[in-house]
Amino acid sequence: MIFRGKALKYGDNIDTDAIIPARYLNTTDPKELAEHCMEDLDPEFKNKVKEKDILVVGENFGCGSSREHAPISIKASGVKCILAKSFARIFYRNAINMGLPILEIPSVIDKINEGDELEVDFDNGVVKNLTTGETFETLPFPPLIQELIQKGGLMNFAKERLKGGKL
Amino acid sequence: MGQTITEKILANHAGKKEVFPGELIFVNLDFILTNDITGPLAIKEFENIGIDKVFDPEKIALIPDHSTPNKDIKSAQQSKIIREFARKYNIKYYYELGRVGIEHALLPEEGLILPGDCIIGADSHTCTYGALGAFSTGVGSTDLAYAMALNEIWLKVPESIKFVYYGKLSKWVTGKDVILYTIGKIGVDGARYKAMEFTGEIIRNLPMSDRLTICNMAVEAGGKNGIIEPDEITLEYVKDRAKRDFKVYKSDLDASYSKVYEWDLTKLEPVVAFPHLPSNTKVISEIGKDIYIDQAYIGSCTNGRIEDLRIAAKILKGHKVNPNVRLIVTPATPNIYMQAMKEGLLEIFLEAGASITPPSCGPCLGGHLGVLAEGEKAIATTNRNFVGRMGHPKSEVYLSNPAVAAASAVLGRIAAPWEVEVKE
Repeated sequence: MIFRGKALKYGDNIDTDAIIPARYLNTTDPKELAEHCMEDLDPEFKNKVKEKDILVVGENFGCGSSREHAPISIKASGVKCILAKSFARIFYRNAINMGLPILEIPSVIDKINEGDELEVDFDNGVVKNLTTGETFETLPFPPLIQELIQKGGLMNFAKERLKGGKL
Repeated sequence: MGQTITEKILANHAGKKEVFPGELIFVNLDFILTNDITGPLAIKEFENIGIDKVFDPEKIALIPDHSTPNKDIKSAQQSKIIREFARKYNIKYYYELGRVGIEHALLPEEGLILPGDCIIGADSHTCTYGALGAFSTGVGSTDLAYAMALNEIWLKVPESIKFVYYGKLSKWVTGKDVILYTIGKIGVDGARYKAMEFTGEIIRNLPMSDRLTICNMAVEAGGKNGIIEPDEITLEYVKDRAKRDFKVYKSDLDASYSKVYEWDLTKLEPVVAFPHLPSNTKVISEIGKDIYIDQAYIGSCTNGRIEDLRIAAKILKGHKVNPNVRLIVTPATPNIYMQAMKEGLLEIFLEAGASITPPSCGPCLGGHLGVLAEGEKAIATTNRNFVGRMGHPKSEVYLSNPAVAAASAVLGRIAAPWEVEVKE
């Protein structure tokens, strides 16, 4: 999995109420959720993400609620992947389980500016900042999580597991 | 090498002798739950798997507590998805309106969560049940769907942080203040991915309601789970409620912790978390007498239990809610509502000029039953004060214990409990 795109930057502790406020949780439709993604934090998000589709964020991204509507709305907005200093744990597993690519690379985030052109190679854990010419390497995911990602999420694994499959 | 209570419960449910922090494991589950926000998504995922039964219909609770009583047509549709799924798959613990309570107050009260259990719930405050000596953590809808089919979940064994509290809490200082103090000290990601083990003489002397409040907010420090070793108070709480056998686990003396915090809280005052993070805390004497509020809210999975309502009633008795304030009280479950009625608490609230809602999560997450307008300020006994949490993105939420919320309702500004005369 290799993604290329421009960086859209936000800060620390972006919570799930900011990603998708509770007033929109009466639907599970990804398109409808995407309409309101991040709107309280940045009313321009919807337009910005058309051009800059790699989210680059600070510490504890996705803290708060367990609502999977949060990663769903981000994915449906057209975001290709998220790079963060760190993720809140429920958001982390929700993203992996539903197949939204994410990467924790704390030392790299401050070396990326909004609008920088990035290339993210998930198989090898390599992030290239094509604008500055810098290349960063990170530890790949543990095998279990890599396999979940390769299978396209937890539900595909569930189908195998029900037939007696193991990781 | 010794093991923590969290490691022991996880090892037992993974069929292993021991587990180590960082290890990825699959664990079997004793009970799982979901609500009307996360449930419909879980059901959608479950039905994609293509099987015709859940793993065990007696191990699943479906609790439509967030947007109920149905706040609009779309929410009614979400509740209907849950209801129809419950019927189709014979889910034993489906709670219809009138019998439904706020999930994390309801399930311990019903005796469905027990010491030593391994629990997941599609709600971040599932960590509440650690107060019973269970491993319990919040997950998303996909995890829940997977667990409904296979009764297991993948987990990374967390490192544990030990919090030891010494001393004796002063009057009007509660479990809520202990956890707000803790989050204020370590920050909203101070325990990210970690188990938070709460111990010390203060914890040992706290009743279950305060312990549930403390573990409830572990997630606000980023914690995977909060946990308290069972003792006589725990066993007394579960003995007439338990619907199945359970096992008591304790941490070994030589168990290893990534950090140990030790605090003497004898001099702790009531704590208030300022907008817009639960870690943005001040003690009550540091706060000026000029933070005027539009709404006070007493309820939620954090502080909607009978003990919380008793504290609020003690302050409100014989007083009137300030003319500029709307006080909203939510008994967390039908049993608590009934008990509050029998004890005359509801009468005290109504005479003071409060509005009492049915059991619901509504106000806490800005869903319904008390949404804030632009520029409004609220003091709330809830767990989160993020931007827009209780309504308009330009509204503000201050978090406190029930005594501070009640005193603030009377005085119209954030106030200390001792500023209001207690009338016996």
